[in-house]
Amino acid sequence: MYKIVKKERLNDNVTRMSIEAPLVANKGKAGQFIIFRVDEFGERVPLTIAGTDKEAGTVDIIFQTVGKATRMLQHKEEGEEILDFVGPLGKPSELAGHKRACVVGGGVGTAIAYPSAVELHEQGAEVDVIVGFRNKDIVILEDDFKAVSDNLYMMTDDGSYGEHGFVTKKLEDLLEAGETYDVVVAIGPVPMMKAVVDLTRPKGIHTLVSLNPIMVDGTGMCGGCRVSIAGETKFACVDGPEFDGFDVDFDDLTRRNRAYLDEEKEKDHACRMQMAADLAKAAEAAETAE
Amino acid sequence: MAKPKRNMSPEKVEMPSQDPKVRARNFKEVAEGYTEEMAREEAQRCLQCKHKPCMEGCPVNVQIPDFINLINEGDYIAANQKILETNVLPAVCGRVCPQESQCEQRCVRGVKGEPVAIGRLERFVADYFREHSEPKPHGYEKNGHKVAVIGSGPAGLSCAGDLTRMGYEVTIFESLPEGGGVLVYGIPEFRLPNDIVKNEINQLKLDGVDLETNTIVGRSVTIDELMDDFGFEAIFVGSGAGLPVFLGIPGENSVGVYSANEYLTRSNLMRAYDDRYDTPIRHSKKVAVIGGGNVAMDSARTALRIGADEVYIIYRRSFEEMPARTEEVHHAQEEGVIFKNLTNPVEILQDEKGEVVGIRCVQMELGEPDASGRRRPIPVEGSEFDIELDTVVVAVGTNPNPLIKSTTEGLDVTEWGGIITDEAGTTSREGVFAGGDAVTGAATVISAAGAGKVAAAAIDEYIKNKNA
Repeated sequence: MYKIVKKERLNDNVTRMSIEAPLVANKGKAGQFIIFRVDEFGERVPLTIAGTDKEAGTVDIIFQTVGKATRMLQHKEEGEEILDFVGPLGKPSELAGHKRACVVGGGVGTAIAYPSAVELHEQGAEVDVIVGFRNKDIVILEDDFKAVSDNLYMMTDDGSYGEHGFVTKKLEDLLEAGETYDVVVAIGPVPMMKAVVDLTRPKGIHTLVSLNPIMVDGTGMCGGCRVSIAGETKFACVDGPEFDGFDVDFDDLTRRNRAYLDEEKEKDHACRMQMAADLAKAAEAAETAE
Repeated sequence: MAKPKRNMSPEKVEMPSQDPKVRARNFKEVAEGYTEEMAREEAQRCLQCKHKPCMEGCPVNVQIPDFINLINEGDYIAANQKILETNVLPAVCGRVCPQESQCEQRCVRGVKGEPVAIGRLERFVADYFREHSEPKPHGYEKNGHKVAVIGSGPAGLSCAGDLTRMGYEVTIFESLPEGGGVLVYGIPEFRLPNDIVKNEINQLKLDGVDLETNTIVGRSVTIDELMDDFGFEAIFVGSGAGLPVFLGIPGENSVGVYSANEYLTRSNLMRAYDDRYDTPIRHSKKVAVIGGGNVAMDSARTALRIGADEVYIIYRRSFEEMPARTEEVHHAQEEGVIFKNLTNPVEILQDEKGEVVGIRCVQMELGEPDASGRRRPIPVEGSEFDIELDTVVVAVGTNPNPLIKSTTEGLDVTEWGGIITDEAGTTSREGVFAGGDAVTGAATVISAAGAGKVAAAAIDEYIKNKNA
């Protein structure tokens, strides 16, 4: 069992937790991930390592509530435990040797991009960060990013916070204004990563993306996470999750990620109904107790 | 000892089994196990030969005539303890060993009729023990030396069992959340229930074995760290052959194509067939399993139980050449699996959403013998045909996972990733031993268990010599 040492709601939908897992904390590097399971009945779900504290033996995860597993995790409180927490999985990001980097994050992808920004900054690179959100209600990690970037561009789709526009528009503007980068790290929804690559490919700017296929074991034994890279099949859990953006077949990934859409919707719906019922019962009990 | 009644029937006492049409829709065990009467009757078929040819066929040295004699005496608990003296997995072996090519193949009764049903008797006593006795620690004396075992599959469990008996403090590191390795993720519930494996592992825990699950050697910790920082004096690598092999044909990344490992892991380990568990598995109606080994049979029979109406085995060689155990093929046929032999897939067909809609195959014919002496299958020109499907399971083999090799300096492996060892399980790294599928590539549970024992003896000698 793995204890939740700290829990922080970053917004309605996004939660940061520190989990006690000394072996993972000791070895975890930027770009790597863990797989968690809340209980015996739950699914195994991968989450990127947002940070580690070797001394405390804890690992930070930042996750969005998108389905039943993350919903159940979000409902756990400090001091409670989850059944499985295994890692660090995947290859660490290859960020060494870059002098000027641009980290582009979309939605909760910003949480995944955060450790890369930290590492680049700690290596002494000049780091520009462009992060985008649908609206101001879901903006996260602004202060964290400010601390590790030379320039931070906060974007919202509707202009309710920071600048109005997509992250790709900002990147395009910067590139057109003559900014140069050794590497662009793009992490977020698949269409976002694809759009960034469409921008950087004609300019030949080295672009790294982090892929999010469905996973089961995470150690290379099942091939469920296979992705198409430069026409070859690779396993995201052992060859990635970071890949050269120019080589990725994003359409293939999009199709494969839809494999269980119906079941996922059904299970999440049932979970929400159950949670609502439990909440109502608890509220009733509290009322009668008063 | 009292002279037992001899049963000279040339046939084994039949094993009660679920009706094929019924069992093809549930995950309960196919073979239901002998009753006490059946076991006594079968045990009396054993002639208690002095020269014990059966034991020569057993990779883990089960004391066969002795345990059968204890059945004759009605002491089934002692019979299981007799097996446990050399084999820590009697309930597993009794179910999945290919006895027909091991102990039973050498049984003298098999000359004129059927051999003694050694496997069924082993299963009987193991099940009886589990159901009628409270597990107790054996109280082995500890010698203060620590050994790390990597992988809790049959090789690792067997190695840990012997080492513990010799007094070593053993920690098993397992990457999955449950112990058992392929016993729990690969072999289906209807052949080997996971609870049974858990039970056998429990005995090891009672005897002091520490099982650290969710710990990946090569990621969470390395072999060097285990030796330098954690104080383990020797390491046994039993990490198996869990890397799936794909065919490399077009359409293999379509939605609905699984490696057998993924299909079986979802079903067996994550219990996707049970509605209470969240891990999904495709609601297939028409499935093709590519391959002819035990894993292919397991996949096909699992597909039926998940709810498919039509399940095909597609194998490029003839029916007789399939490497699967005859019993498993027979069970699959009874359950309604359709065998398409001398057939090879060339393309997996998908629709515009990228989902599987069928498979294109060619007929094969047997040509000239190749270097191994077997007639090579060659495609018949112009014989392409399509089968309508929604799911394909690729069960054409597995290779060792490269993670240990890539994180352990100086560990030599073959070109396909098998760790190179001598007959004792010694590797190119001092203090590191290996056995099972991690060395041989995908093979049987029992040969892995045998390799675990061989390595345990070698580890014992190595540690004794080091400290001499």
